[in-house]
Amino acid sequence: MAHSILVFVEQREGKVKRASLEALSEASRLGEASAVLVGSGVGALAADAGRAGARKVYVVDEPRFKLYAPEGYARAILLALQKSGATNLFLAATAMGKDLAPTVAAMAGSAVATDCTGLASEGDRIVARRPVYAGKMYVRVGFRKAPAICTLRPNVFPLARDGNASPAVEELKLTLGEGDLRTLVKEVAPTSAGKVELTEASIVVTAGRGLGSPEAFKIRDELAAVLGAAVGASRAVVDNGWRPHSEQVGQTGKTVSPNLYIAIAVSGAIQHLAGMSSSKVIVAINKDPDAPIFKVANYGIVGDAFEVVPALTEEFRKVLHH
Amino acid sequence: MILAVCLKRVPDTNARPTVGPDGKSINPQGIEFVINPYDEFAIEEALRIRDKAGSGEVVGVTVDPDGNESVLRKALAMGVDRGILVKGGSTFDGAVTAEILAGVLKPLGAGLILFGKQAVDSDSCQVPGMVAEHLKIPRATVVTKLEIQGDKVVCRRQIEGSEEIVEMAMPCVVAAQKGLNEPRYPSLKGIMAAKKKPVETKGAPVVEPRIEILKMEPPPPRPPGRIVGRGKDAVPELVRLLRDEAKVL
Ligand SMILES: Cc1cc2nc3c(=O)[nH]c(=O)nc-3n(C[C@H](O)[C@H](O)[C@H](O)COP(=O)(O)OP(=O)(O)OC[C@H]3O[C@@H](n4cnc5c(N)ncnc54)[C@H](O)[C@@H]3O)c2cc1C
Ligand SMILES: Nc1ncnc2c1ncn2[C@@H]1O[C@H](COP(=O)(O)O)[C@@H](O)[C@H]1O
Repeated sequence: MAHSILVFVEQREGKVKRASLEALSEASRLGEASAVLVGSGVGALAADAGRAGARKVYVVDEPRFKLYAPEGYARAILLALQKSGATNLFLAATAMGKDLAPTVAAMAGSAVATDCTGLASEGDRIVARRPVYAGKMYVRVGFRKAPAICTLRPNVFPLARDGNASPAVEELKLTLGEGDLRTLVKEVAPTSAGKVELTEASIVVTAGRGLGSPEAFKIRDELAAVLGAAVGASRAVVDNGWRPHSEQVGQTGKTVSPNLYIAIAVSGAIQHLAGMSSSKVIVAINKDPDAPIFKVANYGIVGDAFEVVPALTEEFRKVLHH
Repeated sequence: MILAVCLKRVPDTNARPTVGPDGKSINPQGIEFVINPYDEFAIEEALRIRDKAGSGEVVGVTVDPDGNESVLRKALAMGVDRGILVKGGSTFDGAVTAEILAGVLKPLGAGLILFGKQAVDSDSCQVPGMVAEHLKIPRATVVTKLEIQGDKVVCRRQIEGSEEIVEMAMPCVVAAQKGLNEPRYPSLKGIMAAKKKPVETKGAPVVEPRIEILKMEPPPPRPPGRIVGRGKDAVPELVRLLRDEAKVL
């Protein structure tokens, strides 16, 4: 029996989140995928969902959904679940996906597997593989109740683009009661406008306390700029007030799994590794040859960051820009 | 006002867990257990709100399969007024924990229910949202700033590259992210006082499990890495490897 999977296609300000299309791509590999779009004036985004594999797209258009509205969005997803008859729901493990999934699960009486890095079809059910203990262990999770709800870690599942750009579209009418709009998002305040978001980036350049001062982060930022990378920091850096917490990578910061992670003057404490050890390729630059970061790094250079990093920036510039 | 804080007992973040004999959980031997680090932000915030108001009661609630009250004692030492220990629940099945917690929290009548944003054992980020839905109250997760304005709570919550400003009527749920505050350490006086503070013990109702852990395993080992060289002379070779061998450029 084919699995029926509904995927929440996340958008903010009319732009679809790539991670939710990755989730949709994975769903169409596993079974029959449909999508639900929720927001205000979002119908045109159905084509994006189609290309990533949705056979059918449910659209819940509601003027009160200009900004994220947790309970209302959850109701909309629940409605699409009922209409589609899907027994599985996938969302991207983004800020919105992680916030929304438990609410839908509580409404439906089922469970969520958070931040899945693998999904497999076993007989008539889908089994999720996900990290626990900050990635020091993995568990395989089976669901005892439908709908099985999974949030999928960004940058893990390959994006499909060869689907049908004009899928079947069905508009759903949602009736909202008082209690369906309890949490009010008043505004979105940018904190790092124009920069590449850490959790979504395919390259991340992180620097640690070894840089010695906030000014020295210029060498990190220049390297990141050449690569179009997002920037990260260790907790020691954040605790010193050199960089904001939004840049922290690790157990009490963000979890990233880019294609390339460059760690500059980071020792590689277990809590830091927790946030980045599922990166595909790790490069470490550290003056101490015994630094633990070299144990997880694919490639390392032993040396002074102030000598190596500017040279690296220069070399990338030469190689990438001609 | 009653302020509730929900606390989970988890392995210390320095722990290096191994798979236990059942193949589905970790070996608890040799592991030090602590309050979930994010829950300390929740405790601190509740204490500050109580102390600023000059009145109110902070109640710590933990659901623990072993009936272990150690995290409550630490919370009481930090300044929490009393504790509720529920023996039961499950490490990984957040839906079960949420249902048990909602049952305990409902009669408590707290104006504000504080959580950590994530338990660092199950890493499931789901109990706060589920509890709010069971209680039919608003909630904000991943919160870095909380302000009480009359009968409203205004929060800042972290999202990708920006923050959402969220407004909620009380009672409501708030799940704390790092940055909300700096948690205090228990004072010696606090530790002494904690011994006399009340902890009420309850049994958990029978709740239908929603998931099953089929298997636990360590992450796949990373392929052994190599030191490309020393100093800036190694840079061209590193870039060549990234381009031609790893193919990440
Ligand atoms: C509950 C808890 C949660 C935590 N969560 C996190 C988390 O989310 N993220 C996190 O990162 N940490 C976390 N930590 C902290 C972690 O244990 C480490 O203290 C921290 O990661 C160290 O940061 P660092 O590597 O930048 O600094 P250090 O450990 O001081 O390392 C600096 C490194 O720079 C190298 N160096 C110095 N000068 C140079 C130079 N000129 N050129 C090249 N290399 C140089 C040194 O050899 C050293 O290896 C947590 C800790 C706890 C207890
Ligand atoms: N067993 C538990 N007892 C009390 N609170 C819990 C329990 N499990 C989770 N929580 C709370 O829910 C938060 C998020 O946990 P989780 O959803 O499991 O990642 C934690 O930081 C705690 O505040």
